[in-house]
Amino acid sequence: MTEPLLSVRDLVVEFPKRKTRLTALDHVTFDIYPGEILGMVGESGAGKSLTGAAIIGLLEPPGHIAAGEIWLKEQRIDKLPYEQMRRLRGKRIAMIFQDPLTSLNPILTIADQLIETLQTHLPLSDKDARARAIQLLDEVGIPAASKRIDDYPHQFSGGMRQRVVIALALAGEPELIIADEPTTALDVSVQAQIIDVLKRMCHDYGTAVMLVTHDMGVIAEACDRVAVMYAGRIAEIGDVRQIVKDPQHPYTQGLMGSIPSLTERVDRLVQIPGSMPRLDAIPAGCAFNPRCTQQFDRCKQQRPDLIKTKKGQVACWLYDGESS
Amino acid sequence: MTENTPNSTATVKRRLLGRILDSDLFYDFSRRPIIILSAILTLAIILAAAFAPWIAPHTPFDPSSLNLMDGFTPPMAPNAFTGNVYLMGTDSQGRDIFSAILYGARISLLVGFAAVAFAAILGITLGLIAGYKGGWVDTLIMRIADVQLSFPAILVALLIFGITKSLIPSEMQEQAAIYVLILSIGLSDWVQYARTVRSSTLAEKNKEYVQAARLFGVSSFRILGRHILPNVMGPVLVIGTIGLALAIILESTLSFLGVGVPATQPSLGTLIRVGNEFLFSGEWWITLFPGITLLLLALSVNLLGDWLRDALNPRLR
Amino acid sequence: MIAMLIRRIIQAAMVMLVVAFISFSLFQFVGDPINNMVGQEASQQDRAELRDRLGLNDPIPIQFFRFVGNAVQGEFGISYRMARPVSDVIAERLPATLELALVSGVLAISLGIGLGVYTALRRDGWLSHFIMSSSLIGVSLPTFLIGILLIYVFSVELQWLPSFGRGETVQVTENWSTGLLTLSGWKSLILPSITLGLFQLTLLMRLVRAEMLEVLRTDYIKFARARGIKQRSIHFRHALKNTLLPVITIAGLQLGSIIAFAIITETVFQWPGVGLLFINAIRFVDIPFMSAYLLLIALVFVIINLIVDLLYFAVDPRLRVTKRSASR
Repeated sequence: MTEPLLSVRDLVVEFPKRKTRLTALDHVTFDIYPGEILGMVGESGAGKSLTGAAIIGLLEPPGHIAAGEIWLKEQRIDKLPYEQMRRLRGKRIAMIFQDPLTSLNPILTIADQLIETLQTHLPLSDKDARARAIQLLDEVGIPAASKRIDDYPHQFSGGMRQRVVIALALAGEPELIIADEPTTALDVSVQAQIIDVLKRMCHDYGTAVMLVTHDMGVIAEACDRVAVMYAGRIAEIGDVRQIVKDPQHPYTQGLMGSIPSLTERVDRLVQIPGSMPRLDAIPAGCAFNPRCTQQFDRCKQQRPDLIKTKKGQVACWLYDGESS
Repeated sequence: MTENTPNSTATVKRRLLGRILDSDLFYDFSRRPIIILSAILTLAIILAAAFAPWIAPHTPFDPSSLNLMDGFTPPMAPNAFTGNVYLMGTDSQGRDIFSAILYGARISLLVGFAAVAFAAILGITLGLIAGYKGGWVDTLIMRIADVQLSFPAILVALLIFGITKSLIPSEMQEQAAIYVLILSIGLSDWVQYARTVRSSTLAEKNKEYVQAARLFGVSSFRILGRHILPNVMGPVLVIGTIGLALAIILESTLSFLGVGVPATQPSLGTLIRVGNEFLFSGEWWITLFPGITLLLLALSVNLLGDWLRDALNPRLR
Repeated sequence: MIAMLIRRIIQAAMVMLVVAFISFSLFQFVGDPINNMVGQEASQQDRAELRDRLGLNDPIPIQFFRFVGNAVQGEFGISYRMARPVSDVIAERLPATLELALVSGVLAISLGIGLGVYTALRRDGWLSHFIMSSSLIGVSLPTFLIGILLIYVFSVELQWLPSFGRGETVQVTENWSTGLLTLSGWKSLILPSITLGLFQLTLLMRLVRAEMLEVLRTDYIKFARARGIKQRSIHFRHALKNTLLPVITIAGLQLGSIIAFAIITETVFQWPGVGLLFINAIRFVDIPFMSAYLLLIALVFVIINLIVDLLYFAVDPRLRVTKRSASR
């Protein structure tokens, strides 16, 4: 197997609160390989977006990385000084945010924002930068890019703005893009188009993507592998087909059961009883144990780590001893 | 990360004191020494003013108790003629500054609290009506508010003061002055309350429970009182606290300009105005001590208001 | 653009009419102008004649229109107290007030924005904490007290600066004398303009800081950071302009209040401006002067508001560019 592009090892993110600390990410471990699309799914508050923010070094204080390591190829990046991290952002790791309506600076033109980003990372003259900016806009599918480049963000629709955002994120030709729910704020009709653009562009540029979403449809359509998060921990990682067809973790099984299928007739959708615990009330042992239909004593006492099975990695005691 | 979703039965059962001590508000309070100091200072000044007749060593505004020989005694130094020592010195008429400050703070606080109460009641009522009734009533009230808000409070208060004064026969002006002052400060400051209350009312009135209550035939008045008012109390408390500081400053300013309370019932502002005349001849204490008191009072109330605003709702502003 | 401008001007005219009506009502309901103009011994007949001659028996709307017509021509009648035309008195005193307001306005806006930005960017620095703490004192210090303290320190104790008046002035035109051309004029301006500007400065600074912090939390700043844009560009190219947009409105209003707050400063420093006259007018219920001053202030506010609108237009592309049909 190839070397991973990004390795996250036992990442812990904490928020100090009154007398205690909230552990928002609890020993998260996963890899992203060059050029692949890794999906991150889970309910809101499971820690998907936080993982993205931690990787790119933009956690909002008082949140901070309390333990663990993040490696980008041979470079450890979780403790880099601000200026070094800044050079890396946009150049090697980029990020796309949820809402294209608020992601663009309203008082700067698209040209202003694109050219500045290009020149920050690449040694381009003003003229070359502008030409490259137009080319990028063209590639993400903005019609009449050479004219529209001087428009302000408010003159574009939501879908068009997310295309501009993608162009901006790709300007430095990064190796990894963290896309934080890039379609959630968009009309259903343009969601597929944006995912297409993202897929195509990243394929063309060989960029790996960490696609954060809670939309299983998007996962199934776009991703190579999927990581399922629950209460700040990774419950399961595996190949997308395997996870969708044959999930191992009881939580993933519940998650998949709750998606209506167009092709198969399902009598009723499975619902997971209860809701994800608040961060200050995570039970001992496996975080999922109060809702789990297959739980046993050990689940309440010992926290399961990711176990390698034939099908992937899963943090569940049911599979203890199956490790390959 | 959502903390503090009210945990119904447990919270209700707990004692009120326990709830206060356990609240985020109190926790925040307990770790801010400056805010604690402000609270103590505010309370101390309020208590000292309220009990001025018992605390003050002299009765500064009883002419028979004054000795002109005591005039211009510097603080903590014996008077050249009488040998009397005063904590903060005396003014031109031998009046004890410390006692005068206590009585002056009394007037300042009285006017301040009364004006805030007046402004709050007026503003809340108008805000509720505007928000709940809507239509032209709303338009009228909010337009007046807009126009008034674009003029500084001091100007509005001055105008109302001038007009009211000219409507009152001159022989009654002395007694009426304080009420006129309360009226003009209160009228200049109701807009904030009305705006806040109106917007919460608008947000609240279309919620299902209010609609349901209306369907059940509950009178609009009770709906307003029971359901909407409690929701706006937080913001109103914040506006009120900052409003108190503003009212105290406004009162002292008007009194300093000589259009406030009469000289027979001086507030802190009046004391400063009177003392100002002696600043050039070196009798700094006549002005400075009332000035410091005013500053400390306004500052600590402002700090409390500022803190309350951030603690109750960081998004308010 | 033109349509907006016209709408704004009509709105401004409406505000002026409302204020004019209030001013006019002062005459109607407060005191009897005849009493103020003739002596106690005037006969009933004299009064009736004067009443007729002044048009006080005409229907109210006609009187109001006459009032507005006069006001437009700068005609506000004779001051009860000074027995001179109000317009003359104001014209004579206005330059002093405007100079004071201008200098303190410039002071408040430049320092207010500068310190606001500084404290927002260096949020946890000791200097920021110091500035923020002192700013609360600034907000809690009544203007007159600031003036008194400054006078005590710099005039009485140190004797560096004059405590009252405008110093030497130079007559520029018949009505316009300025203190800006002499050293003593500037010296006299220092204390009053600090006094007048300090409160607005602190307010503005706190506003800019809060606004800037808000902007720094927005998605587009986060996205700019995620693209590795340089810190300085994020602060001054991306954040500052967005911060200043909402500040323009407030700064405009503040400039207006400076003229009103000049009343206090002028009293403390015996500055020969219109505010000092207004206080005396209030004390003596000098209705013509009060109503003229009211209209003057309203006019200042309305003009400032118009300028603010135009500025907004110039700065915010969302208003400037006509919406192109959004295409998917």
